[in-house]
Amino acid sequence: MKLSFSPEDEQFRQEVAAWLQQNLTGEFEKLRYRGGPGDEHMFPEERKVWERKLAEGGWTCVGWAKEYGGRGCSIEQQVIFFEEYARAGAPGRVGHIGEGLAGPTIIAFGTQEQKEKYLPGIVAGTQLWCQGYSEPSAGSDLANVKTKARFDEARGKWIINGQKVWTSLAHESEYCFVIARTEPDSVAHKGLGFFLIEMDQPGIEVRPIEQITGTSEFNEVFFDDAVCDAGDIVGAPGDGWKVAMGLLGFERGVSTLGQQMQFQNELDEIVRLAKSNGAAQDPVIRQRIAGAHAELKIMRYNSMRILSGQSGSDGALQKEALIYKLFWSTWHRSLGELAMDVLGPECEILEDGPYELSRLQSMYLFVRADTIYGGTNQIQRNIIAERGLGMPREPKGAAK
Amino acid sequence: MEFAFTQEQDMIRETAAAFLAEVSDSAAIRRAMVTETGYDPQLWSRICTEMYWQAIHVPEASGGMGLGYVELVATMEQMGRSLLCSPFFATVCLAVNALRVAGNEAQQAYWLGQICEGSVTATLAFNGGSRHADAEAITATWQRDGDRYVLNGDYRYVIDGHSADLLIVAARAEGTSGAEGISLFLLPAHTVGVTRAWLPTMDQTRKQATVHMSGVMLAQDALMGAPGQGWESLAKIIDLAAIALAAEQVGGCQQLLDMTVAYTSERVQFNRTIASYQAVKHKAADMMLQTEVARSAIYYAACVAQEALEGGPLAGELSEAASVAKSYCSDAYFSLAGDSLQLFGGVGFTWEYDVHLYFKRAKSSEQLLGNGALHRERLASALLD
Repeated sequence: MKLSFSPEDEQFRQEVAAWLQQNLTGEFEKLRYRGGPGDEHMFPEERKVWERKLAEGGWTCVGWAKEYGGRGCSIEQQVIFFEEYARAGAPGRVGHIGEGLAGPTIIAFGTQEQKEKYLPGIVAGTQLWCQGYSEPSAGSDLANVKTKARFDEARGKWIINGQKVWTSLAHESEYCFVIARTEPDSVAHKGLGFFLIEMDQPGIEVRPIEQITGTSEFNEVFFDDAVCDAGDIVGAPGDGWKVAMGLLGFERGVSTLGQQMQFQNELDEIVRLAKSNGAAQDPVIRQRIAGAHAELKIMRYNSMRILSGQSGSDGALQKEALIYKLFWSTWHRSLGELAMDVLGPECEILEDGPYELSRLQSMYLFVRADTIYGGTNQIQRNIIAERGLGMPREPKGAAK
Repeated sequence: MEFAFTQEQDMIRETAAAFLAEVSDSAAIRRAMVTETGYDPQLWSRICTEMYWQAIHVPEASGGMGLGYVELVATMEQMGRSLLCSPFFATVCLAVNALRVAGNEAQQAYWLGQICEGSVTATLAFNGGSRHADAEAITATWQRDGDRYVLNGDYRYVIDGHSADLLIVAARAEGTSGAEGISLFLLPAHTVGVTRAWLPTMDQTRKQATVHMSGVMLAQDALMGAPGQGWESLAKIIDLAAIALAAEQVGGCQQLLDMTVAYTSERVQFNRTIASYQAVKHKAADMMLQTEVARSAIYYAACVAQEALEGGPLAGELSEAASVAKSYCSDAYFSLAGDSLQLFGGVGFTWEYDVHLYFKRAKSSEQLLGNGALHRERLASALLD
């Protein structure tokens, strides 16, 4: 075990920090610490400009191979990049779904034509993506998608009909990747396809969902005879589930360390607040702040174990990766509650009317989503028990 | 950055696991725990001659294996898993660390040599009976008498204090408080004026004792470090020991989890194994989460401890890493023990099943060297004051 970075990596760290210091200025100054989860609705246009600025500096897709336009950074350098990015308070990335999900999926499963068509726009920060997975009746039971894809021989195109929900950034995105049923009578994870769909077309309507925060970053997306080129299905018709599951693997990447830096920023704010308003004298608050601090530290070590790619006990199964989502989401939810309890009665008072939340208020409300999206805590516990501990699956209910 | 075990470290862990599975099964634990000494001298002798664990992180120059804290932690994890009854924790995690941190060349050469030979067990005594494992806990006193030191006072909660051959003790100059005036001394347990008594404990797998000092006369060479300047060293020793103890707690967590999954996968109610119910699975998932999080904490803390002993950029993080690890692992172990007992149901409440051994060990190691709340307060103090 060795925890230090090499001198070359430390130099890379300085390079990243210096670039951010020079460029996160002027028109971008107001974007600091903005646009993260729960704050995605803020400054979308300015953040698009920032995304292109990043691309000009070569700071998008840093972990992608050079042949796909990436920077070819090692795991260590990716960790450093995401840490420095968050440390500088650089804004939530509008391009993160393309860079973290769509791009890696296309690289892993896509055709040469798809790579040429889609990857450059992601690298350049000019084409944004959103994710079309969940549906009203396909939440935890993701395989229960009803959206249909029918191949129209005459037009040589796929015709998509159905509804997606909880699609973040749908209103800002050029493209959406969608799982839809290619075999009409198929059930569950069989008979699905994975489609790359252009958003700007008459067959697609995006409606924002007003959230608990009073703001909207999630949307409903309606497909009414939307079209998709024959060449824009990833994998064969029927292989959609395999492609989608491969994609989930990319979600547990190095960006978790950047996310933790954002958590650290939030915790730092709570600590400052507690010291200034006297909450730091309260022994119960002291215990909770220290507990949050300890667990955030461990969260980082846990990510380092994941990235080092070896399990602690048997080497075969990455147990520390299996528990990660449940760990951070639960921790973050508690942090929201801690923030309000540190504020005391002041936690009720808004920045401004009619419903302008402070950063901590917004965090407190938004973290309730953390334990729901991307696999609820209940689903996470099923996965941990079944895959991590080999316990039996719950029998499924009869199909209606 | 490589935050994973090397092949050699894996081998050390696997060798330890295989050996302990053979020598520390339930029957062996139960035989050892009802004796006053609390361990099987023949097994300890085997450990000292065949495994050489007592010498694991003693430098080669002093006759040891010269391995690092990561190897020590990996071994402690396995000992915690099999609930090994032995003087290892007191001798290696307390006394060897004390000798390495505070001992002078002559003290190290002689006593580390003796420990490595397996001829001496040792322990550390500092707490006069306080609920806090801090400087205030030290109530025994030292004073000069010509060219000698005189020690008076009492120690409580001394691990293996009644059986150890060598005592390392902390005492304070009369009239001092807090971190002031503290000195460390090293003395054979049979020194005139030392009285020791076994304290029967609820957790029978780790023995505790009282040590009473009445006008104990010590020569100059018994002093470790500069007189009155001992707290900094002792704090470091306690942090190092707390990290090792946390590793033992993680081993206990893993064993409880494995036992619980195995039992619930056999136990049938309503024509299904109870492991197939989500109420049971979700509890087991939480147990696995706590175990893995705890493990991440101790591996990091082990790297920090290594640098604290031998130098490196992480050395300054020792106190924080110890508090992070000991607070999380203490709470996790006890939580898992309670959950395990619950999921075992009625049989978990019996003396026959082993759950109670872990349940009791979880509470005793939680309280040893500072419980979760104490270590969180240490963290809070650094963050907020």
